[in-house]
Amino acid sequence: MTKVDTNPVDAPALLGPWQLMWRKFRRHRIAYFSLWLVGLIYFMALTGGFLAPQDPDETNRRGIFAPPQGIHFFAADETGETRFQLHAKSLVMQIDQSTMRRSYEPHEDKIVPLGFFVKGYEYKLFGFIPSTRHFFGPVDPDHKVNFLGADRLGRDILSRIVLGTQVSMSIGLVGVIVSLLIGVSLGGLSGYYGGWIDTLIQRLIEFIRSIPTIPLWMGLAAAIPLGWPPLRTYFVVTLIVSMIGWTGLAREVRGKFLSLRNEDFIIAARLDGLTDWEVIWKHMVPSFSSHIIASLTLAVPLMILAETSLSFLGIGLQPPIISWGTLLKEAQNIRTIIEAPWLLIAPGSMIVIAVLALNFLGDGLRDAADPNAH
Amino acid sequence: MLGFFARRLLYMIPTMFLVSIVTFVIIQLPPGDYLDTLAAELNDSGGLDEGTMQALRDQYGLGQPMYVQYYKWISGILFEGNFGISFEKNVPVNDLIWDRLGWTFGISIMTLLFIWITALPIGIYSAVRKYSVGDYVATFFGFVGLAVPNFLLALVMMYVAFKYFGQSVGGLVSPEYLDAPWTWDKYVDLFKHIWMPIVVVGTSGAAALIRIMRANLLDELYRPYVVTARAKGMSEFQLLLRYPVRVALNPFVSTIGWILPTLVSGEIIVAVVMNLPTTGPLLLRALLVQDMYLAGSLILIVSLLTVVGTLISDLLLAWIDPRIRYQ
Repeated sequence: MTKVDTNPVDAPALLGPWQLMWRKFRRHRIAYFSLWLVGLIYFMALTGGFLAPQDPDETNRRGIFAPPQGIHFFAADETGETRFQLHAKSLVMQIDQSTMRRSYEPHEDKIVPLGFFVKGYEYKLFGFIPSTRHFFGPVDPDHKVNFLGADRLGRDILSRIVLGTQVSMSIGLVGVIVSLLIGVSLGGLSGYYGGWIDTLIQRLIEFIRSIPTIPLWMGLAAAIPLGWPPLRTYFVVTLIVSMIGWTGLAREVRGKFLSLRNEDFIIAARLDGLTDWEVIWKHMVPSFSSHIIASLTLAVPLMILAETSLSFLGIGLQPPIISWGTLLKEAQNIRTIIEAPWLLIAPGSMIVIAVLALNFLGDGLRDAADPNAH
Repeated sequence: MLGFFARRLLYMIPTMFLVSIVTFVIIQLPPGDYLDTLAAELNDSGGLDEGTMQALRDQYGLGQPMYVQYYKWISGILFEGNFGISFEKNVPVNDLIWDRLGWTFGISIMTLLFIWITALPIGIYSAVRKYSVGDYVATFFGFVGLAVPNFLLALVMMYVAFKYFGQSVGGLVSPEYLDAPWTWDKYVDLFKHIWMPIVVVGTSGAAALIRIMRANLLDELYRPYVVTARAKGMSEFQLLLRYPVRVALNPFVSTIGWILPTLVSGEIIVAVVMNLPTTGPLLLRALLVQDMYLAGSLILIVSLLTVVGTLISDLLLAWIDPRIRYQ
């Protein structure tokens, strides 16, 4: 009789489906990088005022259309010795009397010292902790520095972009949650019961998909009264925007339900006497939740783009609210863009980066969630 | 085939009915009506007295129950081809919209052609030379094309064209040709301008189609029938076009269904940015001042034409793909 080894030392580690997914996802370099980038953007939205060097609503008559100021590292101190000092050159505005055009020249001698964790305007960290500390900015709170330039009222673009992140990125999230609710319940109904319910819901989805969205949104968004409080406008715009997301999600959920309905484990669960509700939530939803997460991630950028487009046209969010869309609205005509290209470039690249990162992330998640993909 | 065609036509009737109702509800959504806007605007210069307001209201049928207004509106369109009048400009809607709708659909169809012409070769190349430098470049531009919103691309292109090429931007023709008759020079000028909205609107669609084409072709390229064809000594190029590409081509036709609505949507936003004489700026203005018959007619017609476009794509698909059953 041979001796049986009862406790094998090299037992293979068992990985659950989520761990397998994570492993696969890690291997997708761009997606993994995008995960960090998206995390960073949401972190920016969360901390808000802490990262904004200036009050985003504060106007400055001497900084109208001021160009972006670079950060310099070495400066001469009083003794004339050159040493390390983060600073920006202060700008001097000149007005050409004949053309009435403003131009800015950097003043070589007057420098604005910069530093980390400096005192500035008062804001609420995470929305409830009052604070005056800012991550980076001029050491003297009375100095003004516009790292990404200023707009037609002399407001700081960088601070406005940071604050706009809160609105734009959260609209994506809230909109996705709304479309998740509609999409999963309607798609689930459609796929689980089939028959006339299925036909009805599928026709509805086809109908919504076949009409051009922008004119419809424009119609809906134009119905928002201008006098509404910002928060209400925000939620209505979110609702309008989530009108797109749910149809795609509902189709996906329906497809999954249809294919799962006749799987052995579902039939077994039903034969065990579970109710429809229990079958759906205990057995079906967990088996495709990873797909839903991937589709949700891919729906977020669509919503961000929709919000931006509507606000850009002036029928979505309205100016006291800062979002990437309302920021771009400032760069609506070609003359403004020629005079102040940073009005277009700064928020524009922010949108492109966010949307690209979310797309790559969603793609990576989808590949990782698909057991057949290699 | 004929039965299939007739059934699809019948399906369209409830869809169109639904479109008309949704449109009507949307244009009725804002509180108040055009007369309120008018009264508010005229308030500074004396304003309107109650009698005049009431007379105007009766004349336009405003203030009646919703379904009466809907019936009046839709029966006018169906039986007399009368889309009502534009309150703001005080002329029949018919006089305002057809030119602009023509441009919108002209540009949309040209964009569709642009998408096909660019996506087909690039998609094939990406699939055949998988993981080559060209494939990576195409994939990269595909992702960027999907990530940049239409209007942003329009602004950037206008900026570049103006700043570095000194081209006049905005509009479809240079200012000096605006009221000129259609001469050869004007056509040349038109083509100098029209490529920009076409490229802007088409980029995201082309990006999506390249990715679809690449994925579909990759599915087909390693099938046994391709190997068979290669084994019998067919040239690689001929073999590629004759078999796998033909199979992978289906999405090109079937995507008209969803590309057309996005093209029309994109065209509307881009038109506002580039100041094109299409439906976009007219619709935006009409919605902002609650010129409801004008806005409603535009939304209705644009949606209906899109539904018709989708129908055509379904029929085309059924015609070219023998695997589709007409049941």
